[in-house]
Amino acid sequence: MRETVIQVRNLVKSFGDLDVLKGVDLDLYKGENLVVLGKSGSGKSVLIKIMVGLLTQDEGSVKVLGKEVKDLSQKDLNALRLKIGFSFQASALYDSMTVRENLEFPLVRNVKNLSKSEKNQLVEEVLDSVGLSGTINQMPSELSGGQRKRIGIARTLILKPEIMLYDEPTAGLDPITCMDINNLINQVNEKYQTTSIIITHDLTCAKVTGDRMAVLLDGVFGAKGKFEEVFQHAQDGRVKSFYDYNFITQ
Amino acid sequence: MAGEPNKKDKVLGKRIDKFFMGLENAYKFVKRFFQEVWFPPYEFKEVIRQCYQIGWNSLPLISLTGFIVGVVFTNQSRPSLAEFGATSWLPALISIAVVRAMGPLVTALIAAGKVGSSIGAEIGSMKVTEQIDAMEVSATNPFKFLVVSRVLASTFMIPILVLYTDFVALLGAFVNVHFNELVSLSTFFVQVFDAISFLDITSSMIKSLFFGFTIGMVGCYKGYNSTKGTEGVGKAANSAVVMAMFLIFIEELLSLQVTNFFRQL
Repeated sequence: MRETVIQVRNLVKSFGDLDVLKGVDLDLYKGENLVVLGKSGSGKSVLIKIMVGLLTQDEGSVKVLGKEVKDLSQKDLNALRLKIGFSFQASALYDSMTVRENLEFPLVRNVKNLSKSEKNQLVEEVLDSVGLSGTINQMPSELSGGQRKRIGIARTLILKPEIMLYDEPTAGLDPITCMDINNLINQVNEKYQTTSIIITHDLTCAKVTGDRMAVLLDGVFGAKGKFEEVFQHAQDGRVKSFYDYNFITQ
Repeated sequence: MAGEPNKKDKVLGKRIDKFFMGLENAYKFVKRFFQEVWFPPYEFKEVIRQCYQIGWNSLPLISLTGFIVGVVFTNQSRPSLAEFGATSWLPALISIAVVRAMGPLVTALIAAGKVGSSIGAEIGSMKVTEQIDAMEVSATNPFKFLVVSRVLASTFMIPILVLYTDFVALLGAFVNVHFNELVSLSTFFVQVFDAISFLDITSSMIKSLFFGFTIGMVGCYKGYNSTKGTEGVGKAANSAVVMAMFLIFIEELLSLQVTNFFRQL
């Protein structure tokens, strides 16, 4: 039987009068890339933010690596977070720090007794993994959108996470850079043996990176399965229109 | 229907709720600072970086303002003293005014504008661009890194800046007195130090600590709780300045009462 890394059951989350998640169930298996698709505002980002404890659910259960996230103490939550890499939609690089300082930030605070040479080696290794060795002393403001995404991913990789959560990794990028990022996600999965959830509304990204799709519709998963199963034989009109729209625009 | 609140009452009720919720949040924020400041990990490097930003980078503005305050205050005081033939009291008058009130107040108000707004805007923009969330998911305590370091830095640096402002303002006053009354530097400063007491210096330093704490805390609180994207960042910076200035005047008033109490003992 496949090992479950993340298990979500009957997840409910509202913001005021707005019900965003209305009973979401999800299983993420070790080694797979699960793509969560949905319209803007459908609650995709909320779902993964609950998984890392940035938001708390109103009802339901979220177990990550066997631990119920909402019941963890701050210390245990931090220990769990070290095993999860979170790539933010807008990269969330620290503006006042260079690329090197951005990469060192989680390292120096979470790995004790690290010598300077070991630190440099780790920084260079992850920068090399994302193909941006030459940017080490640059400020985030000097980088392009695609480069910022890559550095954001590198910063999460430096702690060698078991799970990667990508929030809209290709949003706002040109098609060629999108393809580069998609390939990078696959390379990261292969090299670091990660299990990933990729939040997107870009079907090309979904097709290239995902082993399995889950489409979030009106607060619940409307369709799950492989890309072809979900989209090419779609019964639900909303899933079909999602596919058609992406097909037309791309 | 009788007994049902009208629209005006509802709006007023919401405002009162919002005010008290804001007070509660501010109390929790300050409480969290005191809970976290004592325990490791200590962000020494960030505290020093912030001390440099707050202290060193404020020097040009503080120098100019302090000097002008000294010159202008001396010039404005001279006619009143001249009426009684007491212009020789100018150094004493100026030193008391500068050390007891004007130095701390001018420094704190300038720092509230410069430092408070920059802290509010910086943390606010970090909040809306998810940089604070990024720190949290990398198992780092953003409150300790951003808030504790900035509040400590401003609490340490404002008293130092106040001492510097006092000195520069007195220098400005000396220039004015020297060219009008032909008083030498040593005579001027002997009169200055004769006029001020230990209580004047200590009360000035203690209230400056409070001013620094207030500026850092209000800037961090407004930035940390900013919402609504870039519009929220602007609002955070603006309200950080307004709130810090308001609180500084309240603290000045309170410190005056406390110092007067000790003066009468």
